Amino acid sequence: MSSSDILARNVPDHKVSLFAKVSSGKPSIRSREVLAKPGEASWLRHPVWVAAAVLVWIALAVISLGVPDQPVGFGDAIYGRQTSIGFAVWALALALLAVASVFSSALRTRSLGWWPWLTVLGIFFISWELSTAKFVLLPVPFFAPPSALVEVYADDWPRLGDSLVNSLRLLAFGFGFGAAWGFVTGVSIGWSRSLGYWVHPILRFLGPIPSTALLPMAFFFFPTSFSAAVFLIALATWFPVTVLTWSGVAGVDKAYYDVARTLGADERFLIFKVAIPAALPHVFVGLFMGLGASFSVLVAAEMMGVKSGLGWYLQWAQGWAAYSNMYGALIVMAIIFSGLITLLFAVRDRLLAWQKGVVKW
Amino acid sequence: MVALHQRVPAGAVKGPGARIQINELSHAFDLDGQALPVLTGIDLDIKPGEFVAFLGPSGCGKSTLLRLVAGLELPLEGRILVDGEPVERPDPSRIVVFQDPTLYPWRTVWKNVSLGLEARGLLKERRSTVDDAIRLVGLEGFGNAYPRQLSGGMAQRAALARALVNDPSILILDEPLGKLDSLTRISMQTEIVDLWEKRGFTTLLVTHDIEEALFLAQRIIILSDRPAGIITEIINDRPYPRRRGDPYLAELRHQAFEKLGMDATW
Ligand SMILES: Nc1ncnc2c1ncn2[C@@H]1O[C@H](COP(=O)(O)OP(=O)(O)OP(=O)(O)O)[C@@H](O)[C@H]1O
Ligand SMILES: [Mg+2]
Repeated sequence: MSSSDILARNVPDHKVSLFAKVSSGKPSIRSREVLAKPGEASWLRHPVWVAAAVLVWIALAVISLGVPDQPVGFGDAIYGRQTSIGFAVWALALALLAVASVFSSALRTRSLGWWPWLTVLGIFFISWELSTAKFVLLPVPFFAPPSALVEVYADDWPRLGDSLVNSLRLLAFGFGFGAAWGFVTGVSIGWSRSLGYWVHPILRFLGPIPSTALLPMAFFFFPTSFSAAVFLIALATWFPVTVLTWSGVAGVDKAYYDVARTLGADERFLIFKVAIPAALPHVFVGLFMGLGASFSVLVAAEMMGVKSGLGWYLQWAQGWAAYSNMYGALIVMAIIFSGLITLLFAVRDRLLAWQKGVVKW
Repeated sequence: MVALHQRVPAGAVKGPGARIQINELSHAFDLDGQALPVLTGIDLDIKPGEFVAFLGPSGCGKSTLLRLVAGLELPLEGRILVDGEPVERPDPSRIVVFQDPTLYPWRTVWKNVSLGLEARGLLKERRSTVDDAIRLVGLEGFGNAYPRQLSGGMAQRAALARALVNDPSILILDEPLGKLDSLTRISMQTEIVDLWEKRGFTTLLVTHDIEEALFLAQRIIILSDRPAGIITEIINDRPYPRRRGDPYLAELRHQAFEKLGMDATW
């Protein structure tokens, strides 16, 4: 057993025994109160949600298969049947999961948090299916039925996939350069006063300009629209990463340096083993903000000059009034961008394992 | 613990301690544009290997004096010589245990304790001394723990271990046992005396505890209120190992209280 295991085990035990001594009446109840997480809503963990979720999704499958589609002006819903079958399969899968979690307590605890959301999602799909495919209550070209989304992914996936790859490539270059440069700039000006003297005014003057405002100029100056977009995404990332790395390095407790200096540390050690690790929590806030900024510049650049990527796809879809393609691209975007932020947080949690109580994404 | 003691060759006992000469030392801080005098006219000659304790009211400038000796700050007036050389910057031959443990929260206890060796590129050869130091302060099994998982006293013991893995010629202790319970405190006092006797470094100790000063030090410097000057000193030539119940120490304690102007309560 490693020593952190020892700690993890000992601390709560200790607490319990202390309380047992203090409240001689009902020690077990006291200690459980103390150990329970604050704000944990127990009504969300009620088993009735399991039944509710399964029933809602079965209802969706029945409606989707049983109620005939209302014919709309142009063409038939090509994937209407497949979509309904998809709903049915999903409802069946949920029912199986519900049954399985009766028998497996591991599965039960794991899935306990999902059911309320699954219920709400099912209700959303029912209203969507009813108000579009079944009764056409919403204006037609703007609101497509679920089957239209299936059609987008089934028929247009090569173009969508290609756009996604292009977006990711652009983002990787831009964010990568911006984050690396931001980190280097932030550490440098946090460490060296004279460098800060020169860089600080530039940072204050140019940093707050939204990178999107520089788009037209960048397309004019750079040889290719790709390099212009890389530059602007890098700039948008650079600013928050620089500012937060800088403030992180500048805010390091001076006592940390005293300790290292009396132990014989040189300047290199002070920068790489003291200043940077101490500033890392700030750096990650900067990276998080930079990532958000880079998404919006990416999409704007793709809409304006780069003739590929998800932003361009959105523009293209709008031009052809292909609204379901637009929704399809937006959903892909949400999944990918959210996934990237999750990835960033996972890296942070690994590197900053020594911190506790960090925000979970 | 054994290995820590054994690294000094038999002949070198009381050898590596450095001499400290403090001449007419004065220091002041800038507080809201006003000069705040903290030390005035300190004159002190500390023999190689001597154990000196400092007693004085809170905020009088004890920590500041230690920081000046460590080279973390430069005095406004006066000089500090270590073995004849003026102190100009921190040096690993003068190791400080600060009043706050200031462990690095991103490093485990083991990595904190090994900090000095790592900074000087000696970690590869001396890994075992890190384990020895951790054992010496009673933190076995906590090598992989992070500082936030330690109690205040454990953190202070880790800071002590971090100092002990280096071989200082001067060990500077700023209330190193302040946060420990009395039993751990007593055993750590014994360990400090042991280490000091075996390794022979010059030791400066700031403490609020007169008993502690009397049990450990050969000389106790009593400082006035801020700006601190030396009021008097008490020589304690009792041989080691000392006994806590020694009536001679009780007599010295009485003297010390008198000199601190607190004899009325005794
Ligand atoms: N960096 C600083 N800037 C300004 N004033 C300071 C600074 N460091 C210490 N002081 C002041 O110097 C005085 C002496 O501080 P010091 O820490 O040396 O006291 P001390 O004797 O160690 O007190 P304690 O026993 O409470 O630790 C205090 O009044 C404090 O306010
Ligand atoms: Mg102090």
